[in-house]
Amino acid sequence: MVIEKTSVAGTLESSDCMVTLEPGNGSVELELESPVIHQFGHQIRKVVLDTLEHLDVKDAKIRIVDKGALDCTIKARVECAVFRNVGKVRGLPWGGAIRK
Amino acid sequence: MNPNMKRLRRTMMFLNCQKPGLIKDPYIYKPDSIMLDLEDAVAEKEKDAARYSLYHALQEIDYRGVERVVRINGLDTDMWQEDVRASVAGGADAIRIPKTETAQDVKRVEAVVEAVEAEFGVVPGRTLIMAAIESAKGVMHAMEICEASPRLFGIALSGGDYTKDLQTNISGTGVELMGARQLMIIAARAAGVQCFDTVYTNLNDMEGFRKDVETIHQMGFDGKSIINPRQIAVVHEIYTPTPKDIIFAEKVVREIDDKKAKGIGVFTVDGKMIDIAFYDGAKRTIELAKASGVYKGEL
Repeated sequence: MVIEKTSVAGTLESSDCMVTLEPGNGSVELELESPVIHQFGHQIRKVVLDTLEHLDVKDAKIRIVDKGALDCTIKARVECAVFRNVGKVRGLPWGGAIRK
Repeated sequence: MNPNMKRLRRTMMFLNCQKPGLIKDPYIYKPDSIMLDLEDAVAEKEKDAARYSLYHALQEIDYRGVERVVRINGLDTDMWQEDVRASVAGGADAIRIPKTETAQDVKRVEAVVEAVEAEFGVVPGRTLIMAAIESAKGVMHAMEICEASPRLFGIALSGGDYTKDLQTNISGTGVELMGARQLMIIAARAAGVQCFDTVYTNLNDMEGFRKDVETIHQMGFDGKSIINPRQIAVVHEIYTPTPKDIIFAEKVVREIDDKKAKGIGVFTVDGKMIDIAFYDGAKRTIELAKASGVYKGEL
């Protein structure tokens, strides 16, 4: 999917994360802020990058402000930001590009 | 028949799918069911976000046996079909239809659930349906709603919208809900499905809540929708049979089994006249005692 504008999903509440997605410069650039970055930074990055890969996003800047979100929440917020970006709300690929 | 049709549903706890902090671990409070809400609790501009959270929660969180029901958006919106797709694909146990007014409302959802189960390779009939009744028209059509689908396991009163439709409000006495409660429990029992009461929203009045639960328990309701974990213990306590109830139920079951074999139809247990009509009720008491973890007998 092609990211052509800015989209946002999530909140700064506990157990959530805020995702900001913007057009990239030819690749995926990830910026992460998290109170547990030393313990879980690697895992959070992996979840974000895997989710973008499933959605076929290859060119984007993504910023995550994590507030202790579970993996399932991180995936949900990244997917929300991507589908908001491309304006798709129906006929979503549950179990396909959107998956565990 | 889906084995979950008649499962124990004393408490159904509403949880806003917009809030990850609410849906990540509600099983620790041990409600019988959780109601993952995509409808009224979710802000209009976050409806899409709630759906992704729902799907991943259903797929990845182990709710430890707690039933997972999803309240979809109303049939008058353009959102409910996608809600059903996300729910069924995620593996929800049941769909709750809001503002149900006719059997046709249930049949519309049933048709989409059936198609979506096929789309995602879910076992046909796995996803159950329940109908929330929130208007005078819905109450008057309770019987046809109860009989609308073999997937429908029960109906639930939604008191807030219902009292608005009646042009009154929730007083705390229950008087404005009496007619709907009575009609709905009778319809549900006639159709052989379950019946659930509305939420009690005043969290500071636990005494009023207890009286409300005692009332609907006595009326025959299977359980109550709840909005806070601290309401769970009260409901479960009231729905737990007393030792006296359990002993009597055991005697009834044993005596009926024994007398039936001897060709005797009517007899007395502890001075009360008993016949076969008491059998199902006594069995239900035993099952409830087992589910509540207080049964030590052998039946």
